Formats: sequence, C-alpha cells, structure tokens
Amino acid sequence: MNTVPTQEAGMNTLPTQEAGMNTVPTIHVADPVIQVRNLGKVYGSFTRDSILQTGPEFGTARDPRTGSIIAAWNVNFDVAAGEALGIVGESGSGKSTVLRCIAGDQPATTGDVRLACHDNGEFNILHLDPATRRRLRIDKLSVVYQDAAEGLALGVTAGGNIADPLTAAGWRHFGRIRERAADLLRRTEVPLDRMDDIVRTFSGGMRQRVQIARALANNPPILLLDEPTTGLDASVAAGVLDLIRRLLEELDLAVVVVSHDFAVIEMLTQRCIVMQHGRVVEDALTDQLLEDPQHPYSQKLVAAARA
Amino acid sequence: MTNESAIDMSSLAEITGDAPTTPFALLDEESKREIRRALLQAVAIPGYQVPFGSREMPVARGWGSGGLQISLAIVGNDDTVKVIDQGDDEGVNAVNLRRLIASSTGINETTEVNEATIVQSRHRIPEDPMGADQILVLQVPVPEPLRGVERDMKELARMHAEADYSKMWVSLYEDKVRNGVITQTTGYPCLVAGRYVTATTPIPRWDIPRLHQADFLTLFGAGREKRVYAIPPHTDVEPLTFDDVEFEVESADGATCKLCGSSDSFLVESPGTTPSWTCSDTAWCRRRRQA
Repeated sequence: MNTVPTQEAGMNTLPTQEAGMNTVPTIHVADPVIQVRNLGKVYGSFTRDSILQTGPEFGTARDPRTGSIIAAWNVNFDVAAGEALGIVGESGSGKSTVLRCIAGDQPATTGDVRLACHDNGEFNILHLDPATRRRLRIDKLSVVYQDAAEGLALGVTAGGNIADPLTAAGWRHFGRIRERAADLLRRTEVPLDRMDDIVRTFSGGMRQRVQIARALANNPPILLLDEPTTGLDASVAAGVLDLIRRLLEELDLAVVVVSHDFAVIEMLTQRCIVMQHGRVVEDALTDQLLEDPQHPYSQKLVAAARA
Repeated sequence: MTNESAIDMSSLAEITGDAPTTPFALLDEESKREIRRALLQAVAIPGYQVPFGSREMPVARGWGSGGLQISLAIVGNDDTVKVIDQGDDEGVNAVNLRRLIASSTGINETTEVNEATIVQSRHRIPEDPMGADQILVLQVPVPEPLRGVERDMKELARMHAEADYSKMWVSLYEDKVRNGVITQTTGYPCLVAGRYVTATTPIPRWDIPRLHQADFLTLFGAGREKRVYAIPPHTDVEPLTFDDVEFEVESADGATCKLCGSSDSFLVESPGTTPSWTCSDTAWCRRRRQA
C-alpha cells in the first residue's frame, strides 16, 4: 500500500473516513450554503502512511520519512445562511490553510467543496478552472485577510479599492460607483473624508474596515474572515469585532471565521471546529465548547483563554 | 527613385562579388513572412498583441523600428508610401524612414494621403480620410495598455485572457477622483471589437473616433517590445469611459492655425514668444493654403 498517489487516481485508497481513523462526527445543517467534505492539503509528496502516522495522536503534522506537511486532512463542515462557523487552533494547526483552499488562494490536494450559490452546489468548486474560481470572488465569496495588503491595493484610494469589485461586476457609472462606495464606507464606519485617500495612509483598524467594505461590495452570500482582528490594538479590535457582528446580524451571510482568539470566536460564531496538527479534533456549538470542551486539546485551549 | 536616395551598391558589389545583394525591402524573405504571419493573426484577433521576432533594423529601437518592419513586410512593387512624424512629412525621422522604404524597394514616395497605399505614422492619423485600399501603420512605443496598472507579465497575460480589466477601470476611477477629469491624453485605452483593451499609443484622443468603424486597416508595430496588433476595417473601437463621463477630444478654445486658419483640425502650439497654433498635419495644412 506504500504508493505515492497522484492527485486523482490514488485518492480512493487513501484513508478518510475508514475504520481506525479518528474521525470527529460532523454537525450537519439543513440547506448548507457551504459544504466541505474530506478537504485535504498536503505540502510535498505523501503516502498512505503519511496520513496514518500524523495528526494529534502523533503530535505532528509532518511525515518524519518524507518531510511532507499534512497541513489539513479530512476536514468536514457545513455552514448555513445566517450562520457563522469558527475554526480555532494554534498557529500551524491548518485553520488558515482550510480557509485558503476554500477561497481558491491555494489549490487543495483533495476534497469536495460545494457552494449553494454556484450552480446550486452541483459541482465541486475545487475542480473549477482558475478563471471561474476567480470569478466566484467577485460576487459570491469574499475574504477578509489578517494583512490588509493581501485584500487591498495599498496604493489605491479607499473608494478605488471598492470600485475594483464593482467594475469587475460590470458597474460603469462613475456617480453610482461613488455612491455605493460611500454607502459601504459609511456602514463600516470609515469617515467619508478619507474616501479619496490612499489606503497606505490608513491605520490598521481603518484598513480592516475598508477591507470589509470592499468584501461586501457586491453583496456576496459567503464571507470568509481570516484572523480579521489579529494584530490590532485591543480597543480597535473590539470596534472592528462589533462592526462585523452587527453586519452579520444585518446580512444573511454564511460566514467562516478563522481565529486563534476565543474572544473573537465567542463573539461572532454559533458553532466551531477545533483543529490540531491538521485535523479536526472537535466540532461543537460554540457555547458548548467554551463551557464543556471534550477533546483534551480543546480543554487546554479553553483553559488558556479563560486564564 | 532618385540617384541620391539609392543605396550605393557598386562598391558593395566589388566586395561581395556574386553573393546576393540587399533583398527587396531590406528584410530577407523568411523574416518578412514571419512578420506577415504575425500580422494575419493580429487581424484575425482584433486588438490582441501578437509576439514577433523583431529584427535589428538600421534605425534604433524606439525610432519606429516596429512600424518600419511592418511596412517592409507588406510593401509590394505597386505601393506608394507616405511617412509622417507628429503629422509632419518633413520630420527627420519621417524623411529617413520614407527614404529607406523607397530606396530599398524602388517604390514611389508621396506626401499626399490620397496617393499613398501605405501610410506609416507616429502620433497621428492624417486629417484626410483614408479608404479601404489604404493601410495605416503606426509605430508604437508601449503596446501594453495595462502596463501602468500591472507590471507582472504573467498577470498581464491572465488579465487579457480573462478580459479582467477591473484594474484599468480602477485607474480611470482614481484619475477622475484625483483630477476631476480623466487626464490620459495620448494612447487612450480602447476596447477593440468588444474584447481586448488595446493601447492606441501614441495617437491623441482627437484621432480615436476615426479608428472606430474605419474603412482602412490599421497595423500597430512595437519593435522594442516585439509585438504587433491590428484594428481591421469596420471594427468597433470604444474608448474606455464611464457611462456618465463623456469621452472628450482635445480642444483649444478659439485657437486657429496661424498658417491656414483652420479651427477644425488637430492643432499644436508652435514655438515662439506669443502663443500661436499650427495644424499638426502639415500636408493637409499646405493644401488648404494652396486651395
């Protein structure tokens, strides 16, 4: 069984849900907007044993023989409209990798991701060609990154950054683009007199607000947040969190929030999965997880956050 | 062909003996064929930049070597050539290129648009209308319209392939926000045949409307950047502009040409202590004065 599988052919022989694997029961929801099944991302070549001999039980995501990193494996979850799912875990646990594979920033090694807003979820978006995947990012799926430089053009004005997805969606009326940009900036509490300033001159908190405004430009049904407040001052982070929470209540979005910070997870999400060494170790309601974590690693994380 | 402008072959022949002399139109047949192939592809995909193996020319790159190679590749015995630089037949570069084309082929040269079959130009489309039996060859410094908004060649290729021009629109948006108007003058970006955003370098906005649904074929050659592209006859050429921001051509209020009195041609400021204007197209201006 020690074969190196190729992307397509060898997948059936790889362990996913089979007996012997420590699989966490997934909470299923009715009418999921995002459906993720068996998502996996491996850096480097790997074998069946690489999968079987990494993960929480082995205390590493690195295959000792090949040096490959099993960054994420066998990740499953559903997210419904109006719901926010958190992904928690320490640095290197694979939570951002999962988000980037869904967003299309990185190619997944294996898995099945379906979006209700794309052909009614009939196709696995991981198999779409890059151009079609990029088009999903215009009005179906937006991402807010920890580093504003990833989500924004820093040398362009706040209004221009919002004009980008609007023009990509076919907006050609200057006045209406201005109106829409001003409206979004108002809702994300960016002072309108900064609208025509380039984003590089903005503070960290303000950049995040512009990023959120841009992400919402074409009313996407899906929003992915990758550590949206990490690196901000506590008071600024609280303001941005407040804003996100309010927007989530107003808009009927399906949201995935990646964070190592339980305060963020507690404030924004109803459910969350805990990841360690590239695997999901717990899938629970957020309240439940914080009150009564089941997995030893979750217990450690919660205890650390509560200390 | 006059004796003055002919290349002196006699001393060359003494050295080379029976070896082949300079071929018709300077370039060897294989080179001309390669350029013509690229041009056919360019005509078939309006506005798309086709790479070609730009040859070393007797003019430096950046001095019209791209346009020159096109002219030399398409020229035949029956052609008559006109070359202008900034609308002027007598510019040093225009004269040199015209003499090079004529002397290496033996064809006639002219300054009149209606006599020419090939008009090679830098910066202008002649004021006189051109017809279906004429070809306009433009010398292009920067063929990539997105160069100002993206530097990565791979990303540029992707943007063209996917018709992803939002960055271009953002730059027009930013221009309008910063300056109140869209300031880009020469080389205004245009959408050709509804598909490719194309650089119209280096012609002024004034000439852009004359590319739209033109009767004539326009060939663009960038020698340094090794690209050719084309706007075939009867092709839509739309300058990129917002629905509520009108595309305007250059105008100088109340200015008239100090030589011919024209107010409806493209005027350029002429040097001097008091501001005065002259037609950019000198052949057109001269004929108006003679009429």
